[in-house]
Amino acid sequence: MTALHTPITEEQIRALKVGDAVTISGIVFTGRDAVHKYLHEGGALPPGVDLRGGVIYHCGPVMMKQDDGSWKCTAAGPTTSIREEPYQGDIIHQFGVRGVIGKGGLGEKTLAACQADGCVYLHAIGGAAQVLAECVKKVRNVYFLEEFGSPEAIWELEVENFPAVVTMDSHGGSLHKEVFAASAAELAKRL
Amino acid sequence: MEKLAETLIELIRRTSVEIPDDVNRALIASLEAEKKGTIAEGALKIIEQNIELAKRKSQPICQDTGSIIFYVDCPAGFDQLDFEATARAAVTAATKKGFLRQNSVDSLTGKNDGTNVGPGAPTVHFHQHRAPEVSVRLMLKGGGCENVGAQYSLPAEKLSANRDLDGCRRVILDAVLQAQGKGCGPGILGVCIGGDRATGYEFSKQQFLRTLEDRNANAELDALEQDVLKTANELGIGPMGFGGKATLLGVKICAANRLPASFFVSVSYMCWAYRRQGVNLGAAGQIEKWLY
Ligand code: SF4
Repeated sequence: MTALHTPITEEQIRALKVGDAVTISGIVFTGRDAVHKYLHEGGALPPGVDLRGGVIYHCGPVMMKQDDGSWKCTAAGPTTSIREEPYQGDIIHQFGVRGVIGKGGLGEKTLAACQADGCVYLHAIGGAAQVLAECVKKVRNVYFLEEFGSPEAIWELEVENFPAVVTMDSHGGSLHKEVFAASAAELAKRL
Repeated sequence: MEKLAETLIELIRRTSVEIPDDVNRALIASLEAEKKGTIAEGALKIIEQNIELAKRKSQPICQDTGSIIFYVDCPAGFDQLDFEATARAAVTAATKKGFLRQNSVDSLTGKNDGTNVGPGAPTVHFHQHRAPEVSVRLMLKGGGCENVGAQYSLPAEKLSANRDLDGCRRVILDAVLQAQGKGCGPGILGVCIGGDRATGYEFSKQQFLRTLEDRNANAELDALEQDVLKTANELGIGPMGFGGKATLLGVKICAANRLPASFFVSVSYMCWAYRRQGVNLGAAGQIEKWLY
């Protein structure tokens, strides 16, 4: 188990390989379809959001507003990442992202960006909203809440020991490609 | 109506925060069968912790609380309009309480008004029967797993799938292969052989109302269910597509008549966070009995 703390260095990322279990502590920013499309179309990050050495989390959390105006995260599992494939590689490159958390993996363009820029894809356990919400120690801020709605907003989360598995590394390795090829071969034998 | 609203809010709460017993049993069995120390085992352990935590905290198992689909069996004369109005109000109330995420988006404007109510949301299917009871089943169907559902039109030349049961088997297994871990496996398949493009998917989803232990009354379909389950679990896709043994927890298949011109096989995929519950209503709308 490798413990990662944000901001993450390129060296730390390059040391990771497909199949490694990791934990993430520090700051992560949620971002999903609306945010990725917006950034890709040239939109600026709001002041206060810095992704350099940082981690984007494909997640639309359930947030409850507390009486004192703060937010409490009550469910925070990953959403399907592949929808961000058209945008992710460029965003990794442009903003210096070191880790992308999500589920289901991304495609060739992102894999190439991970290799070129030093980034990894961190697969969280899909559906494990409660276990992962427990790892969110604090909701520090929210951006684009009005424009994009709660699930699509950028939430700035302080996390501790958030568990994930490296399924795409910075050396061109992809567990998704490996498992697809192996399972397709097994299926062919059984048809 | 007040009692019914209360009942429906409790039905939504329980569906969202508790996994049905049959599904939990299947998940525990697959955790025990998985190779120790693998990332597949690690994934299933986190899933088990998550199920326990959600129930204890009375919070959603998964943050995608899904499409809200009610199935109501009722006698003739039951006031469907009243029921639907109450169901819509209950959905909005349950959303305010945090049992449902603000999860419904206007497809044209992209706006989410936070109520979970709008055109086509929630969906209520009514079915009249001769018995006096009213039973309400609820399914919360996640989006990630919905996206990996697939509808095949046979013959499908690329898959060498003809208009026969072997052809059905081929396309169903192709759906499993294409889904990999993207639908939050280990998953459950609901399949309809036949029907049209709309009813095929509709019937495939209704298969999720069956418990995992339920065996198909039709011997041919039963054999196909068992065969697809066994074969899928030999492919090594595993939980989350990490590789491993538990690819599927169950396969449920029905058949509907088709037109001579078409032969559809519709496959719906349900994630491990298989949220379904149901109640029988008492005369005042109170909960008389839980159905799962
Ligand atoms: S597919 Fe199911 S478990 Fe996965 S994120 Fe969607 S609702 Fe949750």
